[in-house]
This record gives sequence, C-alpha cells and structure tokens, in this order.
Amino acid sequence: MSAPSKDDLIDFIYAEARMLDEGRFNDWLALWMPEGHYWMPLDYKQEDPLTTTSFLYEDNFMLRLRVERLEGERTFSQKPKSRCHHVLNRPFVDEYDVDANRFVTNTAMHYVETRLDEQQLLAITATHELTTVDGAIRIANKRVDLLNCDAAFGNIQLLP
Amino acid sequence: MPAYTVETARDLVQGHQVHRDIYTSEEVYRLEMKYLFRNTWVFVGHESQTPNKGDYFTTQVGDQPVIQVRHSDGEIYVLYNRCPHKGTKIAIDRQGNTGKFFRCPYHAWSFKTNGCLLAIPLKKGYQDTSLSETENGQGMKSVGAVKNYRGFIFARLAENGIGFEDFFGDSLSSIDNMVDRSPEGRMQVAGPPLRYMHQCNWKMLVENQTDTCHPMVAHESSAGTAVRLWEEMGNPEPRPAAMQIIAPFMSAYEFFEDIGIRTWPNGHGHTGVKGSIHSDYDAIPGYFEAMKEAYGEERAKAILDENRHNTVYFPNIMVKAPLGQLRNFIPLGANKCLVESYVYHPVGAPKELTARSAMYNRMINAPTSIVGHDDLEMYERAQEGLMTDGLEWVNIQRLYDPDEDFDEEAVENGTTERQMRNQFHAWAKFMHEEPAPAQAEAAE
Repeated sequence: MSAPSKDDLIDFIYAEARMLDEGRFNDWLALWMPEGHYWMPLDYKQEDPLTTTSFLYEDNFMLRLRVERLEGERTFSQKPKSRCHHVLNRPFVDEYDVDANRFVTNTAMHYVETRLDEQQLLAITATHELTTVDGAIRIANKRVDLLNCDAAFGNIQLLP
Repeated sequence: MPAYTVETARDLVQGHQVHRDIYTSEEVYRLEMKYLFRNTWVFVGHESQTPNKGDYFTTQVGDQPVIQVRHSDGEIYVLYNRCPHKGTKIAIDRQGNTGKFFRCPYHAWSFKTNGCLLAIPLKKGYQDTSLSETENGQGMKSVGAVKNYRGFIFARLAENGIGFEDFFGDSLSSIDNMVDRSPEGRMQVAGPPLRYMHQCNWKMLVENQTDTCHPMVAHESSAGTAVRLWEEMGNPEPRPAAMQIIAPFMSAYEFFEDIGIRTWPNGHGHTGVKGSIHSDYDAIPGYFEAMKEAYGEERAKAILDENRHNTVYFPNIMVKAPLGQLRNFIPLGANKCLVESYVYHPVGAPKELTARSAMYNRMINAPTSIVGHDDLEMYERAQEGLMTDGLEWVNIQRLYDPDEDFDEEAVENGTTERQMRNQFHAWAKFMHEEPAPAQAEAAE
C-alpha cells in the first residue's frame, strides 16, 4: 500500500469537516484510532492536557458517549438539534514522515454553530496527527485551539 | 415609581415559595447588588493567584469591579478597581504584577498596593483646593473588610456588619476538609477557570447545587447513556474515566435520600452528609501514604472519609471538598450569570489527584460539557418560563416543615429543598440597610 500524498491528507481534513457538518457522527467516529484524544485546550498555548482544565480532552469512550447522546430521546439540550458549519483554509502539511507513518496538518477554520435563534462563530486552529491503517488515513490525535479560548461561552454542543 | 424597595423585596420570600420576580426583575437584581452582596461575605479569589508582592488579580464582588493585590507587607488587599480621580479602571488585565505601585493610565495618579495615594503629577495644581480633605484624595478605596481563610479570600463590601466567623460558622468545615486534603495544608490554583455564561438568574445555579432530584432526570442523556454504553461493552475494568465521574449522576432517589443534606445558619449548607457521588473514586497510588505521613493514620482516614458533595457558601459559591473545586456564580443581571469553575492542586499530593479534578471540571462544568448542556437548558427554559403570568410563585416545598428554624444546624433527608429555603431565608435576612457602626451601640 502506498503512502498518502499531501493532497490525500488535505482531502481527508476537508472530508472530516463535511462529515461533522452533515451530522454523520458515526462515520466520523470510525476515522479515529482507538487510543486517540480530541483535545480543546482552555489556556492559550496550553501544554498540559491533564493537570489543568481543558474544554475537552476526550478519549474514545467519551467521544462515543457524546455522539450517542446527540441521538437520545431525552437529550433536552438537543431539542431542537444544533447544526454546525466549518469553513476551512487549505491545510498546511507540517509533518510528512512516511517511515514513521506520522503526518501532521494545521488548519485554520471558521466554525459556526446554530440552534433556535442563536448562532455563534468561533475562529479555530485544528492540528491533526494522522496515520494510516491498511492504507486508510486515521486520526491519531486532534487538537482544536479557540482563538478566544479565554472568553466566556454559552453552550458549544457539537464538535468544532 | 419603583416596583420594589429593599423592604418590599423581602415579601418575595415566603416559607414554601418565592415570587418569580426574585429571578426576573432587574430592579430586584439591583437591590441584591446594593444590599445582599454588600452585607454578606463574598468570595474574591485564592491567595495562590497573587503569590508575590505586587501580584494582582481582577474580578467582581457582586457587580463591583475589584482588585485582589499582594501588598509590600505580604498581606492581601481588596480594592475597588477605579481611579479616585475620574473613575478609570486601574487594572484591566485579569492578572499581573504591578510592582510597588499602581499607576492610572489616564493621568498617572499613582497608589501604593494597599490603595494609599502615592503621587499626582503637577501636584501644585491642587494646592489650596482641599483635595487632601476629600475621600478621593486618599487613594483607591478598599472594600469594607477582607478575610484570608486558609488561602481563600473573602470580602465584605460594607464597612460594618456581620463578622466572618459569625457569618460562616461551622460551614467552614468544608473548606477545612478541602485544604486538609493537602498533606501540606495548602492549595494551589491549577490554571485558569472555565468561564461559562448562563442566560438565567444566578440563584437558579446556587439552588441547583443541592438539588438532588434532578441528576437522574436532567442528566439521563449523559449519565444514563454512559451506563448503557459500558454495559454494551461488557462492563470492562478498569472502568472508563467517564464511568467514575459521570455515571454516579444516575444514582437512584434512595441514594440521594440516604446521603442527607445539612444546613447551617446564614444560608450555607451541603449535600452528602453520609458519603456522596464522590465516595467511590479509585485510590491514587502514593496519596494515602503522603497523608498518613503528614497527619498520622487515624486523622488521615478521617479527612479522606469525609466525602461531602456540594457545599454552598451563601450567597454565591459552591465548594467540592473531595475534588478541590470551587464554582463562583457571578451575577451579571437578573437574567445573566457567569460561572467560573476553578480547580486547586492540594500541595504535596500526587498530581493524578489534580488530573481527576481537572477531568471532572471539563466533563461537568465546561461550556462543552454534555452534563452542563442539559443544566443550562433547564435554567434558561426556567428563565423564559417564569415570564408567564399564569402562575407567579416558584415552589420549594419538598419536605417542608412550617416550623423549621434556619438558625439551627440541621441534618435531613437528602432530597429536601430545605437548603433552598435556607438560602432564601438568608436572602431576606441580609436584604437590609447596612447596620450602624459599632460605635453607635457603644454610645448608647
């Protein structure tokens, strides 16, 4: 199996965002390595996800729980459901290491989430650590930095 | 033509019910800021946020902008955050170090870090103007009183009023238990707080801290789903982290009835008298050994066996002693409340303990939390629902006893709404004019 090209990696990032925007969350879960973490730091340029608070530092169980809950009969904060929308800059491929099967992209995005009469816009930078399994690109880890991480927020219910 | 004065506002509280205007009226909110948040002891910050001389931290006491600052004598002062000249806020950063003095960025009036006026440029312009006889000529104004209790800084805005120990009484045992969980007896703030904005009245959040009949209902979507997912996986051990933190929210009514609620005078109280949802966490290697080394085995066990759930310090904070957490419910309007959720590291304890607290904080208290989402949904629906004119009273009658005496400590069935009634009793008690100075009594 040949290694992914830089274009393959970039296409993957776009396809992932489209899955989230179209609400195909189970497809999205299948993109993850089982040991991966989705990290959204609270502090600007935070280095430690464990001993200070983050917005999110979710393992596979928490991500599954989050996705499962969105479909629940008694998920009151999702009645009605939220919708989201990502607008991406072309991702940078910052690391491209075929021998280590490790690829890192950096993507600036505008993330919009809406429910009822409210809509919020977040400027974010997503850092994806990618790898391949049997030729398919997978997410080893994902970090999402909010430009205004120190602001107070109401509910952010979907996945920026 | 105000609808409410401080006297008539007190009529909004009856024993078993409160009028909805207590949540929805901007006028009542302004009266709360003017009286309740002036007469009571309100949380400011933790001393570890300002460890060195000149370190400062800006926050609010009620609606009042204040600065917590470490003065050159090592003591912590709490000053109103405004220049006595034209009102410019002296400090805008959330935290920093100002050196030996504050300097107003507008006209360069400068002040010692205890607030005293240091210098004014071109001071001869004030010769023969009697500036030094005015209050403004003295410097930045201090709040009425400050207390550093085991590292936690509280302020009373009013010059005169109830003393710190009289106000909190035995409720301080929860802060004691939190700090005692550090083998060195002190806490260290662990990073910035989560900041979560709620479009609802601040009191809804404070009431919810001892509302034990909502977790299994409002949080079924998160905690119930967690339990189901784990079962579908075949109940693997060790449990996923989320199972320790979130699943106990699905505990049955009987569990919450049995753990009990304790109330203290002046609106303070806690859930989890006999254990709580925090009792069943995995042991962290090395922690008990460190505690035993510091306190001896018997005392260490006693400290760690006390697993209180939420302790409300009236008016507007909650402490989780077993997790080293504090939530500050900052009222920004009748229908707006900023919640800041802090984690503290018990100094001398393994860092894994703090990691668990940080995990709890992000799983439960974050704007991205699947548990917090449903709480906020309930509060904001209530804030909107209370606008209906069909019913004007909010019911807080569960296990109500018309003869209950809030001046006595009590331990009751853990599903009682007594603590909510206790808070409103204290609310009415402190919605009064500031008491006269002590000298007035002495002169009689």
